Amino acid sequence: MTDTAAVSQPPTTSGADAGVAARRKDVRNRWLLASPALTVIFFAALGPLLIMLVYSFLQKGAYGGVVWSFSTDGWFNVFLKRDIFDDTLGFADGHLSIFWRSLKLSLGTTILALLFGFPTAYYIATRPANLRPVFLFLITIPFWTNLLIRTFAIMEVIRNEGVVNTLLMSLGVISTPIQMLYTDFAIMVGMLYVYLPLMVLPLYASMERLDFRLVEAGYDLYATRLGVLRRIIVPMVKPGIIAGSILVFVPSLGAYVTPRVLGGGKNMMLGNLIELQFGQGRNWPLGAALSITLLVIVMVALLFYVRNASKSGVKSHG
Amino acid sequence: MSGPDGSGTSKGVGGLHGNLDAMPAISVRQVTKVFGTGPGSVTALDSVSIDIQRNEFFTLLGPSGCGKTTLLRLIAGFDHPTSGRIDLEGSDISYLPPFKRPVNTVFQSYALFPHMSVAENIGFGLKMLGKPVSEIEAEVDAMLKLVKMEAMRDRSTAQISGGQQQRVALARALAPKPKVLLLDEPLSALDLKLRKEMQIELKRLQNETGITFVFVTHDQEEALTMSDRIAVMNAGQVLQVGSPRDIYDHPSRRFVADFIGDTNFMDADLVSVAKSAANKASLKLASGKKIAASLPEGDVATGPVTAVVRPEHATLTKPKPSSDLTGTLENVVYFGTDTHYHVALASGGKFTVRMQNARDQAGGFETGDKVGIDIDAGATQLLRD
Repeated sequence: MTDTAAVSQPPTTSGADAGVAARRKDVRNRWLLASPALTVIFFAALGPLLIMLVYSFLQKGAYGGVVWSFSTDGWFNVFLKRDIFDDTLGFADGHLSIFWRSLKLSLGTTILALLFGFPTAYYIATRPANLRPVFLFLITIPFWTNLLIRTFAIMEVIRNEGVVNTLLMSLGVISTPIQMLYTDFAIMVGMLYVYLPLMVLPLYASMERLDFRLVEAGYDLYATRLGVLRRIIVPMVKPGIIAGSILVFVPSLGAYVTPRVLGGGKNMMLGNLIELQFGQGRNWPLGAALSITLLVIVMVALLFYVRNASKSGVKSHG
Repeated sequence: MSGPDGSGTSKGVGGLHGNLDAMPAISVRQVTKVFGTGPGSVTALDSVSIDIQRNEFFTLLGPSGCGKTTLLRLIAGFDHPTSGRIDLEGSDISYLPPFKRPVNTVFQSYALFPHMSVAENIGFGLKMLGKPVSEIEAEVDAMLKLVKMEAMRDRSTAQISGGQQQRVALARALAPKPKVLLLDEPLSALDLKLRKEMQIELKRLQNETGITFVFVTHDQEEALTMSDRIAVMNAGQVLQVGSPRDIYDHPSRRFVADFIGDTNFMDADLVSVAKSAANKASLKLASGKKIAASLPEGDVATGPVTAVVRPEHATLTKPKPSSDLTGTLENVVYFGTDTHYHVALASGGKFTVRMQNARDQAGGFETGDKVGIDIDAGATQLLRD
């Protein structure tokens, strides 16, 4: 923008002053134009985040809420706990196991989504151009339905008297229903179902740009199907794989409804733990500290994505 | 068209049937390829049969959509024939996947792997064949030397020019020492000067490696200068196979005569065929003159036929009783090395004569002159259609 402003001025000595003035006006206009977006970002994202940060360093109120005096108890309780009887210090293993389960289930969901999403995206990308939008539309259909309804639909499929168990029992494969509901498996299936489109869409976007002549060249040079997949397709759609993985991993980590409905009460994830602290737990500072911890984990994942994307981005501009 | 007569690259491999114990490198037998089904289906190849000999520079020549690339893809294994069969040195490869065929392709777009260096690209085929690293390294170096790209070894493929990418694509396809190298219009993306260079380079590579080259192009001049033999294709069929000289001097079909070089088409009457005198036919031209003509392969019935004469195989004269054709000079176009004379024939139709220019000397013919045309003895070729 500064370039155009400079060019529009005649290259005379008086033009230099006019150039500076124009640049100042330019800067002011930029801030003016950006102000609606900045306002929204401040009040909707940065503001609440600051409130959370402040709350995490306050004392908890007896009936919820906070008492306005400084305390590190919230953060202390994220990882550690003091025994009620002898006051000894120990790890908050309840929290840590929930962290661990959240990471494990989110990673598992991401891997499953990749396993199911990759062939799906490949299939769509290799269809004739006029058919691809149809498949993409089908992929996005679940998005049109309420999350809760989708989750209850999964519940109907996997519960003891559900579709899968009834079918297997009527076929005589099993005699008693398999307990699937209220397990980690149920949570993963639920999250996979909900987040699969977020894997397929970025994968499809990279595969659509893939030059399939390179695939042919791979076959021509004695690479088997697996060799072409490993050495040509995967390296070239890597940005899509990373983007899809992040898009599935991040919301899985903070999932609330799915573990609540499909995991029953006992299989908590981070989202449920946070909700618990703000609700029945009446420990807002701990809830705020847990939220920020979750945010940090997500940021680390995003940082990993940005670094990888820029690295592979340089090479794919061929 | 600069005269292909002068280039003389033909090795005289002519004819479909060579030595019987010399098994062809590629044998295509009645191959038909139909894309799609039902009323929307397209027949890309219609019962095509071709033998490609070992160490041959064989060209598939035709306009776009004639099926030449489809045939190449069938040989490469990217597609499979709907019917018919393709043999590689005597064994059926019709339905083998590409990675099981000792055949490599140089793609029109080069299709270099953008996430690999020049050396990694060239070594890819050998790596996939499971060769030891030391052998791959040595072969990559040899290939880089062969295509004169030693300095570019560790460059990324995005950092080299189009001509260099072309060389890498060639090296990559040659490195696994295929029995047949397929080239799909590899020179079409290069500018004229580079294209001429690469034409010579390709011939050199073919001579040095002794590998059978199957070259696809729509550029007739490229085909004439580079090939040992050419198959001219149109609408999914092979119309004629022969040496460049054969194809140019003795086109057997109207399409071939028209597609390659400039040609005069003449309606004539086939009067008689002298079986003994090397397939010489006696023709009666529309002007009433009788001339001798070469017969194409196969039978031609007496009666109305079409004959062709190349513009450089006729001479413009003052009208005289012995002239094969007479007419009025319509247009004179000076080309430097030669001049084209466009004549409206007295018997109807047009005829172009091309004559070489002498230095500082006008041809002596002006637009509007009455002229006679003498056709060189043996220059008339009869067409089958």
